[in-house]
Amino acid sequence: MIFTRLEIEQTLRMFREQNLDIRTITMGINLLDCADSDPMRLNERIYEKIVRSAAGLVETADEIGVELGVPIINKRISVTPVALVGGAAGAAADGAVRIAQTLERAATETGVDFLGGFSALVHKGVTPADIALIRAIPEGLAETTRVCASANVASSKSGINMDAVLLLAEAIKSAAARTSATGGSACSRLVVFANAPEDNPFMAGAFHGTGEPDVVVHVGVSGPGVVQSAVAEMAGGPAPLDAIAETVKRTAFRITRIGQLVLDRAAERLGVPAGIVDLSLAPTPAVGDSVARILEEMGLEIAGAPGSTAALALLNNAVKKGGMMASSHVGGLSGSFLPVSEDEGMAAAAEKGALTLEKLEAMTAICSVGLDMVALPGDTTVETIAGIMADEMAIGVMNHKTTAVRLIPVPGGTAGQWVEFGGLLGRAPIMPVSPYASAGFVRRGGIIPAPVTSYRN
Amino acid sequence: MRAVITVVGQDKPGIIAAVSVLLAERSVNILDISQTIMQGFFTMITLVDLAGLNAPLPDLRTELDQLGKRIDVEITLQHEDVYTSMHRV
Repeated sequence: MIFTRLEIEQTLRMFREQNLDIRTITMGINLLDCADSDPMRLNERIYEKIVRSAAGLVETADEIGVELGVPIINKRISVTPVALVGGAAGAAADGAVRIAQTLERAATETGVDFLGGFSALVHKGVTPADIALIRAIPEGLAETTRVCASANVASSKSGINMDAVLLLAEAIKSAAARTSATGGSACSRLVVFANAPEDNPFMAGAFHGTGEPDVVVHVGVSGPGVVQSAVAEMAGGPAPLDAIAETVKRTAFRITRIGQLVLDRAAERLGVPAGIVDLSLAPTPAVGDSVARILEEMGLEIAGAPGSTAALALLNNAVKKGGMMASSHVGGLSGSFLPVSEDEGMAAAAEKGALTLEKLEAMTAICSVGLDMVALPGDTTVETIAGIMADEMAIGVMNHKTTAVRLIPVPGGTAGQWVEFGGLLGRAPIMPVSPYASAGFVRRGGIIPAPVTSYRN
Repeated sequence: MRAVITVVGQDKPGIIAAVSVLLAERSVNILDISQTIMQGFFTMITLVDLAGLNAPLPDLRTELDQLGKRIDVEITLQHEDVYTSMHRV
């Protein structure tokens, strides 16, 4: 046999018992060539381009899954930030809502579960089209189920656009109000970034950057369960932390290799360039698919306990080192995801009070997505949301990394209460928020300047 | 293409026979086969060549699933490249 029994059993266990899968094949589609001054033609062209480019996406992904014997869970599309395309037809919020509806139709037609790119890049300033799009986000999300919105409000090069931060905080509150019957669920499809990656395959923050090819395909892997099992096999023993890092690194290598294999095939079959493999460990609400539980396997009583940031640093670093050797095109977010509702271990730690918003914020200095899927009390003000957002952006900007917030102020919800978002979005307890006000600071607006370390020319 | 088929379950007579009959009917050539019993658990690992496969691959998967249910074992089929990617640098 060309493979040893151990190798075959190890691979088999990863898929059968440890929830290893390809989380997403995401096709990036450029919409810049769809710009048109006539709103009707603009929408037609957007629809046509997406449906034509992604016609074979779902079928091809399923075919690859059957051929390899590897589960490929989601097929998704990311498009050029819509504010860049929609502006040609005038900058009206109702025009942008109409584009959201067009995107929803295109997503339904192609059979993808999410389509990202209802987005604006406003880290230094806002155009009339950006404002129109941001104002349209609440209605655009409430009127659709598959469209995902995002905004880049800060970058290490340009600083933090506090006017945009406030606009997005308003959009979050309003999107929650429009979907109050489902716990403010529209907010689960809205991500606010610092240093947003242009080739991210993961939702809800995916969009197709302007430096990308016309059409491209990316892959996002999963695999927290595999890493957890590998660490669990060392638990209780005398293994020092560098030995654990080595195990995580080897495991991440194997996981990412599967991502690269699927990416190569998808690109070849779809006849488009291969983009990137995002090697992030993406958790799901399923038991045995949690990043928090990996930290606990390392010896912490519960995620959020002192030492959690250090444990996460070990994990994130080792995952990257293993993943980078496994794929020649690593991109996207490629770090650890720490969503609260989408990770049963994180949600459990939040319920116990072991994981507070403040501890989570500290941990996001290490991870790649920031305060992700965090449920907040319904009476959290726009200014407080803007304050939380600004803090998170500051961590990203000053450390030259991606950070983001996906906050859900649950209408009528109070701290401690559980909210169900359903499916992969999971469930989480509402986390208590500091009662002290940020209004005087965030209402000043303007730009928080870029760090001195950005001036490298 | 070449694939690795694994069969795992409670040991009983006829497992290899049942699996190989199905593979023969589908013109799947067995290149290598090994079998062990560990703590009463039967594990069979087979490397096969699917070049001559006389049915669509999804059908073969369904038939293997059905056979697995009938004789109470778990059968998986994965492309050889999955193992090569994971275990060979």
